[in-house]
Amino acid sequence: MMRLPPFRYHAPRTAAEVATLLAGEGPEAMIVAGGTDLYPNMKRRHQMPKTLISLRHVDELRGVQMNGAVRLGANETLRALEWHGALKERLPALWTAVQSISTPLLRNMGTIGGNICLDTRCNYYNQNWEWRRAIDFCMKCEGTVCWTAPSSSICWAVNSSDSVPVFIALGATFTLVSHEGERTIPALAMFGEDGIEYLTKRKDEVLTHIDIPDQGTARSVYRKVRRRGAFDFPVAAVAARVALDGDRVADSTLVLNAVGPKPVVCEEAMAYLAGKPLSDEVVTEAARLAGRGAKPLDNTDHLSMWRKKVVQVETRRALEALRP
Amino acid sequence: MRNSDEPLSPERQGLRDQLAEGYQMIGKSPIKVDAMAKVTGQTMFADDLSMPRMLHCKILRSHVAYARILSIDTSAAEALPGVIAVLTGAAMPIPFGILPVSQDEHALCLDRVRFVGDPVVAVAAVDEETAFEAIQRIHVEYEKLEPVFDPTTAIENKQEPLHDYGDDGNVHKRVSMEFGEVEEAFAAADLVLEDTMFFEGNTHLPMEQHASLAWREADGRLTIQSSTQTPHYLHKAMSKVLEMPPSRVRVIACPNGGGFGGKSDPFNHEIVVAKLALMTNRPVKIALTREEVFYCHRGRHPVLMHVKTGFRKDGSMTGMHFQSLLDGGGYGSYGVASTYYTGALQTVTYKVPAYRFDGVRCFTNKPPCGPKRGHGTPQPRFALEVQLDKAAVALGLDPADLRLRTLHPAGGITANWLQVGSMGLGPCIEKVVEASGWKDKWGKLPAGKGVGLACSSYISGAGLPIYWNAMPHSGVTVQLDRGGGVAVFCGETDIGQGSDTVLAMVVAEVLGVDLADIRLTVADTHTTPVDLGSYSSRVTVMMGHAAFQAAERAREVVARSVAKRLEVPAVRLRFAENRVFDVQDPENGMPFPKAVQVAEAEHGTIAMAGSYTPPASPGKYRGAGVGPSPAYSYSAAVVQVDVDLETGVVAVEKIWVAHDVGQSINEMLVIGQVEGGVYMGLGEALMEEMSYRSNRFGVHKIPSMLEYKSPTTHEMPPVETFLIESPDPNGPFGAKEVGQGPLLPMMPAVANAVFDAVGVRVDEVPVTPDKVLKAMQAKDKRYGPKSFPDLRITETMRVKTLEQGGDGTAPRPPRAEKQEVKSS
Amino acid sequence: MKPATEPDSPARSKVQMILRVNGESHDVAFVPHKTLLEVLREDMRLTGTKHGCELGECGTCTILVDGVPRLSCLMLGLESDGHDIRTIEGMAGACGAHPLQTAFAELGAAQCGYCTPGFLLAAEAVLARDPTPSRATLVEELGGNLCRCTGYLKIYEAIELAAARMQKGTPDA
Repeated sequence: MMRLPPFRYHAPRTAAEVATLLAGEGPEAMIVAGGTDLYPNMKRRHQMPKTLISLRHVDELRGVQMNGAVRLGANETLRALEWHGALKERLPALWTAVQSISTPLLRNMGTIGGNICLDTRCNYYNQNWEWRRAIDFCMKCEGTVCWTAPSSSICWAVNSSDSVPVFIALGATFTLVSHEGERTIPALAMFGEDGIEYLTKRKDEVLTHIDIPDQGTARSVYRKVRRRGAFDFPVAAVAARVALDGDRVADSTLVLNAVGPKPVVCEEAMAYLAGKPLSDEVVTEAARLAGRGAKPLDNTDHLSMWRKKVVQVETRRALEALRP
Repeated sequence: MRNSDEPLSPERQGLRDQLAEGYQMIGKSPIKVDAMAKVTGQTMFADDLSMPRMLHCKILRSHVAYARILSIDTSAAEALPGVIAVLTGAAMPIPFGILPVSQDEHALCLDRVRFVGDPVVAVAAVDEETAFEAIQRIHVEYEKLEPVFDPTTAIENKQEPLHDYGDDGNVHKRVSMEFGEVEEAFAAADLVLEDTMFFEGNTHLPMEQHASLAWREADGRLTIQSSTQTPHYLHKAMSKVLEMPPSRVRVIACPNGGGFGGKSDPFNHEIVVAKLALMTNRPVKIALTREEVFYCHRGRHPVLMHVKTGFRKDGSMTGMHFQSLLDGGGYGSYGVASTYYTGALQTVTYKVPAYRFDGVRCFTNKPPCGPKRGHGTPQPRFALEVQLDKAAVALGLDPADLRLRTLHPAGGITANWLQVGSMGLGPCIEKVVEASGWKDKWGKLPAGKGVGLACSSYISGAGLPIYWNAMPHSGVTVQLDRGGGVAVFCGETDIGQGSDTVLAMVVAEVLGVDLADIRLTVADTHTTPVDLGSYSSRVTVMMGHAAFQAAERAREVVARSVAKRLEVPAVRLRFAENRVFDVQDPENGMPFPKAVQVAEAEHGTIAMAGSYTPPASPGKYRGAGVGPSPAYSYSAAVVQVDVDLETGVVAVEKIWVAHDVGQSINEMLVIGQVEGGVYMGLGEALMEEMSYRSNRFGVHKIPSMLEYKSPTTHEMPPVETFLIESPDPNGPFGAKEVGQGPLLPMMPAVANAVFDAVGVRVDEVPVTPDKVLKAMQAKDKRYGPKSFPDLRITETMRVKTLEQGGDGTAPRPPRAEKQEVKSS
Repeated sequence: MKPATEPDSPARSKVQMILRVNGESHDVAFVPHKTLLEVLREDMRLTGTKHGCELGECGTCTILVDGVPRLSCLMLGLESDGHDIRTIEGMAGACGAHPLQTAFAELGAAQCGYCTPGFLLAAEAVLARDPTPSRATLVEELGGNLCRCTGYLKIYEAIELAAARMQKGTPDA
């Protein structure tokens, strides 16, 4: 039986108490919400926090508020979002992403905040301690080399969140609270450049909520590539948002994920799309440009060359789905 | 039922007459005898067991692929509070292994480790956490050796051999045999096809991780309860390594939470907990982690194959030359048998007049391969069925018609001297062709959609036991009590396939009692007659015969007494609905309990035994031990796929499968086995593979439930199952196997369907999207291995076929028949 | 595993709490880092809840928490405080098996039976939400439970049979 290492456990009732505890416990404390990412990691000894601060009693971080904009409590379960009829109607791309996460059982436990903060993944890393010892460990945990790219100075563990590219595409912001106060950042600014420092969230901060602006007439889709229809993390994913002016693109956002340590905003493709109709030619070229930003390596399921090809196909299909 | 020279007694004739009038139980679908326990959580699997004072065991495993052990320092582990015992290989120097010819494993490695995951030191502690911690404090000093990870390198013998036995260097086994004149057959052919294909290894992935609990009884005897499919072979291995007489060792197989062949070797951890229990005089349990289950492995061998076949214009074969190179992993396991099996059953489906087989198995520094559902035969079956599809296209024939024209006749003897009994492959093909609308679909669906057909056959148990002996393969005791209860004892092990239910149903059919009145004691070497185990699809046929014989003998005793009491000729007695009565005057009878009392008063306690030994095979040459079976099952399947033209992703939309099971004992369980086989085959066809990081010391790339891809509900298409019942003279009630055969057509059927959908050949399993895409972009519209290495065959055994006037022997007599490997 | 802490670390002293399992309150003591799976199996001897990976990758250890199926390997015993836990042992009542259990047995939906408790509890939750689930719903909602024996087909059939019987109000045939 894979077992957890020992830890101290706190279950405060408010976000402020969480922030106070985090400040008091220092960097060896970690937040746990659903536990579906952290507990497996702890069982594999990726993380061995001395203290766990659970959000399970922090009810103020739950709930969905909708007016023109949408606010999600970070501690809301994925399942609650999946079963939120109005959310599905309003933000179908987000619903698709949330509904595609792992399995119904895991979505009953995992939270949206947890999916945003999902540890980067790599099949040199997501192994138990003895396995990692057999490869002399890796840069992300206890070692020095990234075996995915041995000459690399950065870690290539993959951002495998389904919801993150959608939040970026929708222009969402994340609010972080610490004992020093609150700050709100654009979704993209949450993510660091490498698989180790993959979050800009400080260790003393807790993600409290997500705000998604009114989408107006813009429509979005999310497409995910994986081996099986459940369990699997994406090995390539694309979130696309397009606002049309007549049949022409007024504004768009294309975001790739699971093709590198950080979500990729496809600026070149977005600039290309501006003012153009979503013709076969245009979507094909935009997908080609978007695909340039994908740097899949051999550290997930499926061959990296195949992922590189397929991310273009899926980007094109995403754009096709957004035609008027 | 069975042919026998002895004249039938009136009592036995009465049973024959009764069965001829119709079955009460056979072919119906009563619920499994263990079903309610399973759905209520009462079934105790091995890890569910616990005992007072029980210790927990963890094993330190090698983190290097190949090395000499220089020293082991366990002092820090021993000093940890809560650690009760630390065990190294030195305490168990006697080797073991499933096959007599491959006694190459040690419970803990003695001097060398041979793959990442090989067991080195074991700890028993008061709890699992302490044992976890203790193994981390053990220091093992290794001198690394150069590992080898693939058989095409291993066969060159440039590394230090993994073992000091085998055919040469890292070649564990080399086989070559020819039946008839293959070169002449090719010369006579209108079309000769040569294909090189690869089947990647994969594993069983039972949901239950292996677990074992051992303790020393107060009288000094040893007992182990374990998740094993083969308690009898574990019993032998434990007795050997622990140097205890078998009579003092008791092995109880727990219900297996899935086996599929993965729990049919005696395992190091089983012997380790037994040794620790003897050392500490406390119960010791081990429950493996999922990762460790991947290191137990014994799954499908990766096999590189070259097949050359001559065809006539009508699609019939003139001859075949099949070559296979098996990647064996670090130990022998069943590997010698696996090697023979990659060449054995090509001949039993279609007529192959001349046949040559060359096979080589190499050792590599990876977890050992062994028997997984289909043992050694899915790989060659894939190659053969895909090549037939290519032949049909080349000859302008419908692949279904080609197969129907070349079927091996029922009751015939194959080129390699296998005795075919009942043979329902023709009706199987006809059924799936009709149900799937094959004639309107094959070659006619729009781009991206396609159908593929493939067939298979499998043994219903191996004709010879794993170790040479002349004793029965299965024994059953039936004991009747005055209350009407029937106690049945048999060494068989239920691994989910329903063998307990088959045992009870056979006895109930003969004695005419309710299933609820039958009490089973199974899989316990202390109390039950030997049954060799749940492998090679042998249980229904072999245990079924033994159970029938035991029940028939008990019935005979009862019938004799009841006939006297009722003053009715014994031949007229019928046993049904818990009564014994005169068939001509059903009112004249008595309840079954009363019948037992009458008989017991006359004869004393009624306890009868039955047993079964398979018939001798016509093949007498060296190597003829692998392939013979009392009966062969047959399957055919049509798979319909939708291939994404841009990504190469293959979605299976529907499957039609027909299986010739001879006669269903429990129809619901038979269909369950077909569906389960289809599922597992689909996983192999599309996504499952064992892969290793040769860049990082040969670690298993993905030893987890998440990354070893087992199909979920989303990947499983609707399946239409058809049972073909062509009762086999060698089967109990005519029954043949169903546990393994229906898996086999899936892989070739998917590959053939992909060809129909997008016009490319993926000559490799699994058929993954990147391979489909690469094939679509390739000039020759093919993805697969390009070359096949020289197997360095120096001597080929030549055997005349029956058509050539042969007698089943090779010209030179076998050298050492008794040491030879006999079966799977 | 990497060494964690010394065995006498204060994080290893047991906590005592009342767990509500299968409608009964149990006074249980366990170390805080034990998962509910471990507490159920090891401290309460409720071994009907099985395990296949302990990492949330197979669904074998599924239990119901306030009627919602969850992975007992990924929640702490501590975290079940104040919740109603239901395991396979609580599925059959005094008057007999649950219709799902009966249907699973009758239709051969349990082969080796190891994944069965998890499937049964997940299925019970499905039927609580949707008394007449479509095949598509079953595929989706049972997507987190792996079975290596059945290919899922007999499991679907059994759930559909149980659903039909529960609609009609007949517990079994």
